Amino acid sequence: MDNILSIVTFVPAIAALILAVFLRGEDAAAQRNAKWGALFATTVTFLVSIGIYTGFDPANTGFQFVEEAEWFMGLKYKMGVDGISVLFVLLTTFIMPLTILASWNVETRVKEYMIAFLLLETLMLGVFMALDLILFYLFFEAGLIPMFLIIGIWGGKERIYASFKFFLYTFLGSVLMLVAMVAMYVDAGTTDIEALMSHQFASQSFSVLGIYVVGGMQTLMFLAFFASFAVKMPMWPVHTWLPDAHVQAPTAGSVVLAAILLKMGGYGFLRFSLPMFPVGAEVLTPLVLWMSAIAIVYTSLVAMVQEDMKKLIAYSSVAHMGFVTMGIFAANQQGVDGAIFQMISHGFISAALFLCVGVIYDRMHTRDIDAYGGLVNRMPAYALVFMLFTMANVGLPGTSGFVGEFLTLMGIFQVNTWVAAVATSGVIFSAGYALWLYRRVVFGDLIKESLKSITDMSSRERAVFTPLIVMTILLGVYPSLVTDIIGPSTAALISNYDTALAAAEAATQVAETH
Amino acid sequence: METTILFAPLVGAILCGFGWKFLGEKAAMWTATGLLFLSCLLSWIVFFTFDGVTQQIEILRWIESGALSTDWAIRLDRMTAIMLIVVTTVSALVHLYSFGYMDHDPQWREGESYKPRFFAYLSFFTFAMLMLVTADNLVQMFFGWEGVGVASYLLIGFYYRKPSANAAAMKAFIVNRVGDFGFALGIFALFFLVDSINFDDIFAAAPTLAETQLTFLWAEWSAIEVVCVLLFIGAMGKSAQLILHTWLPDAMEGPTPVSALIHAATMVTAGVFLVCRMSPLMEFAPGATGFITVLGATTAFFAATVGLVQTDIKRVIAYSTCSQLGYMFVAAGVGMYSAAMFHLFTHAFFKALLFLGAGSVIHAMHHEQDMMNYGNLRKKIPYTFAAMMIGTLAITGVGIPLTHFGFAGFLSKDAIIESAYAGGSSYGFWLLVVAAAMTSFYSWRLILLTFYGEERGDKHTHEHAHESPMVMLVPLGVLSAGAVFAGMIWYNSFFGHTDQVAKFYGIPVAEAAAEGHDTSHGASGSDTVSSDGHSDEAGHADDEHGKASSGEHHYVFAGELGEGALYMAPDNTVLDDAHAAPKWVKVSPFIAMALGLIVALWFYVWNPAMPGRMVENFNPLYRFLKNKWYFDELYDAIFVKPALAIGRFLWKRGDGNTIDGFLNGVAMGVVPFFTRLAGKAQSGYIFTYAFWMVLGIAALVTWMSIGGGAH
Repeated sequence: MDNILSIVTFVPAIAALILAVFLRGEDAAAQRNAKWGALFATTVTFLVSIGIYTGFDPANTGFQFVEEAEWFMGLKYKMGVDGISVLFVLLTTFIMPLTILASWNVETRVKEYMIAFLLLETLMLGVFMALDLILFYLFFEAGLIPMFLIIGIWGGKERIYASFKFFLYTFLGSVLMLVAMVAMYVDAGTTDIEALMSHQFASQSFSVLGIYVVGGMQTLMFLAFFASFAVKMPMWPVHTWLPDAHVQAPTAGSVVLAAILLKMGGYGFLRFSLPMFPVGAEVLTPLVLWMSAIAIVYTSLVAMVQEDMKKLIAYSSVAHMGFVTMGIFAANQQGVDGAIFQMISHGFISAALFLCVGVIYDRMHTRDIDAYGGLVNRMPAYALVFMLFTMANVGLPGTSGFVGEFLTLMGIFQVNTWVAAVATSGVIFSAGYALWLYRRVVFGDLIKESLKSITDMSSRERAVFTPLIVMTILLGVYPSLVTDIIGPSTAALISNYDTALAAAEAATQVAETH
Repeated sequence: METTILFAPLVGAILCGFGWKFLGEKAAMWTATGLLFLSCLLSWIVFFTFDGVTQQIEILRWIESGALSTDWAIRLDRMTAIMLIVVTTVSALVHLYSFGYMDHDPQWREGESYKPRFFAYLSFFTFAMLMLVTADNLVQMFFGWEGVGVASYLLIGFYYRKPSANAAAMKAFIVNRVGDFGFALGIFALFFLVDSINFDDIFAAAPTLAETQLTFLWAEWSAIEVVCVLLFIGAMGKSAQLILHTWLPDAMEGPTPVSALIHAATMVTAGVFLVCRMSPLMEFAPGATGFITVLGATTAFFAATVGLVQTDIKRVIAYSTCSQLGYMFVAAGVGMYSAAMFHLFTHAFFKALLFLGAGSVIHAMHHEQDMMNYGNLRKKIPYTFAAMMIGTLAITGVGIPLTHFGFAGFLSKDAIIESAYAGGSSYGFWLLVVAAAMTSFYSWRLILLTFYGEERGDKHTHEHAHESPMVMLVPLGVLSAGAVFAGMIWYNSFFGHTDQVAKFYGIPVAEAAAEGHDTSHGASGSDTVSSDGHSDEAGHADDEHGKASSGEHHYVFAGELGEGALYMAPDNTVLDDAHAAPKWVKVSPFIAMALGLIVALWFYVWNPAMPGRMVENFNPLYRFLKNKWYFDELYDAIFVKPALAIGRFLWKRGDGNTIDGFLNGVAMGVVPFFTRLAGKAQSGYIFTYAFWMVLGIAALVTWMSIGGGAH
């Protein structure tokens, strides 16, 4: 299968087309067909994508499974994966069937709902595989639209506000990126990402409008990309769209948002910012590190006082993404390995946490923490699952949550002990908000009349959680499953980064001596 | 065999926790208990057959990233062997005891199944604790460290309907996390400095670290001091030392067997274990060990003062635990790690005994825990009384002064007090002696209030007070034997002559430089001594030799770093100095104990009005102690409340007004415009529009790419 990447990417889109064209009606049978169709398509996608994992050669740090073809108007269609992107592809294909299965209770516009999710999957996969700047931009931006629709149509009461906030925030961030992309094309004469990664962009400092820009073009381009990725991540202080989007999104929307969409920012940093603009990255590293450290403490404190379960978990997501950006910009093996690991692990854990909220939201139709209490009395299985993921969320060793946090902190300690100390304090705060949430929702006596007849998880719900539980513990006990794949590519990334910095340094010195 | 010891409790936990519905409650509980007894039996075999040579058993790869390479592995040396028997023995007995204690627990409703869950947690705890003590690198230790934290959290909050239990569980976890914060930073610092966190590598690097400077936060420090202090912060959390001690008394909310196992015998000693395990580093960090000594002594004193006035039987014992842990840290701080381990070992027996005895009293009194409602119970529950008596004799340190004949606590506690004196910490020495007097007072107070005097409190409860069943008395008996004999049997191994101790831990020794010639004990060792270049060493040894009354000072520790279970620098002569301590030093703990006993008798037997009068006359002091020096109130005011207030401020003002306000003002002013637009399109036109647009794009891309791929 030479074009396995294209197959994986477009199977969901084709399924969406089939649903759109052939499925008619709003009756129960049609709804059922839409659900089963979507589940089937996403499962097939996942099964095929396993071939990418088994066929992947970790020792090869270049791109693999590369497909290249002429597109239209001189544009190129080029896809491929390397150690950095391959696991995101698998994360996406792994999460999507669970998302569909978690949406079994959707009743309004089921067909459109499923189509939106299927298209979203194609677009997300495209982001992680695209090796052409324009193609990447297309996938990256188009992905906004289905998410915008998912929140706007199937969301909660404030969905319109939340969906526009989400859309504008992320879209405006990307406009600058587009400008930088044009500049890159002008400078390098190609839109091929592989070629761009080995292209050296000018890094001579200059003045613009009276402002002295250290690192010159690279710094400006870095900033332009940064605007887009920082919003996507989201990093403090441009994170405020996320809690609103999460709260209003339907459960499955939150799951995809937290598990996959947030990872595009981190992926972008690794694919573009570090390799293409090393000088710019180095200039701005202190800023990024401090933004990350502040994010961890700030959002953890905010999470502690939330009254809405989803908001609390959303803020906790922002804190966890703080570890990711911190690890990436530590720019050493442990930091970057940890960042990727943290992203993968957060994909499972945050997905599970939002699903946990979904389980009781489906029953009680409220996310107010105060509306619950004592659930353990009637929902022991739920209590167990929720406990496991609460502990994974606070980074308990033995769960995947630990490995990422630990490695990123270990990485950053080698770079800046202040940032490390501030960020490490996150382990205290996370225990605070996570256990406090758990205590209010699950522990205590069951007194509230409304909860007296609440039922424990159904077998469908258990089936959704089982794969997530397995992955969380498996990666916690045997993280080599991930680190073996990403290690060599990370090492190559860092050595290229260091070489490029040294070269730029040398060039500057030469320029100065002349 | 070691692997079986390690994983049997995990298997038990899983079978019991998840399998009880298939196995049946009783069978599930017996499975867990049986596996623990197996683990216990094997541990004793390992302990007795262990030859002193460190072994490493690899199980599985774990976290690997660049230079970092860690495995799941077992490090078997004397430290591990000691901890294995402590953990598995107490755990096995506690499992057995719980059959009786947890039967018909009034916290639960009819028909609710709680026992398998309890046993599963206990077994899981044991597994995590074993991971901690068998770790061969710091990350695995951290795994066990946090694992026992979770088990502790689950067990403290076992009565999940009780708000106080839930609060205590959270507090325990979060306060421990403060300690873990330090521990984690210590690990990061070590990795930064050594590029490895495996014990062998970091031990070997200790001398280098002592000469390295590390920029940490605002200043440059001696690398090894920073590392040791950071690791010790972890130990402070887990072992409930001052500043981070507040969780331990609250942890008594858990069922009593839990208090015995986790909050007395095993988990809380993990901090002491960590410091001893890190002895190769500690030996090069005089600043850090000085801090450990002072903090340990202060804790021992502080906790004892609070213990004086508590009336909840479990809280008295909890403060006593806190205080005894302080003793252990003093010993470790002055470089007498073996004495710390000795007290850890004996303390496990008599403190577990006291807790299980208290549990038996509580069981007899229908879950009444206030000693003010006890009295005159010795005839009703004679076996429990005998066990508690033995425990008290052990903890107060009863024995024949100047001999090695006495209860377990007599030998180990005196060893620590002598070490503190010999280690040159007069602050530590005096505080520990005073604390010993208070220990004696509150322990005897507990006995006198519970078993003597008049029956107080509910008549009905007293009438129905009954002796506990056999499953509870057997563990009491076994632990009693430990509390009586453990000290005498293992005195020489832990605190005998240098060569005996060295043999026990597998450390080579060399004859003291003053003696001049080699012995059969360690050829490599003598090289170390002669070539080490500690310039003051010979003089030092001579000096000590003069003090040693009976010519015992023949040997010095001469292990390489990481060789043997402990490392003591060649100039560490605390052991010999302690043996050579003046007689008044050796007798002082005994006098303190006697004083405490007399005051207790005076207060609670000869003149029972005395305590009341004291409370009146020294009311402010009484309230200060009763409220545990107001630590909880203080922390609530300076940490908890401000954290929540800042959180609220950042949320409403930071996120709400500032960030969203700013963005709304500059760019998001358009949102209302769009929402109005969307309002018009409520019927969904705009969404349908957008929807088909995406579908179109997707179709285009798909078609193009498939078409393109075919070229």
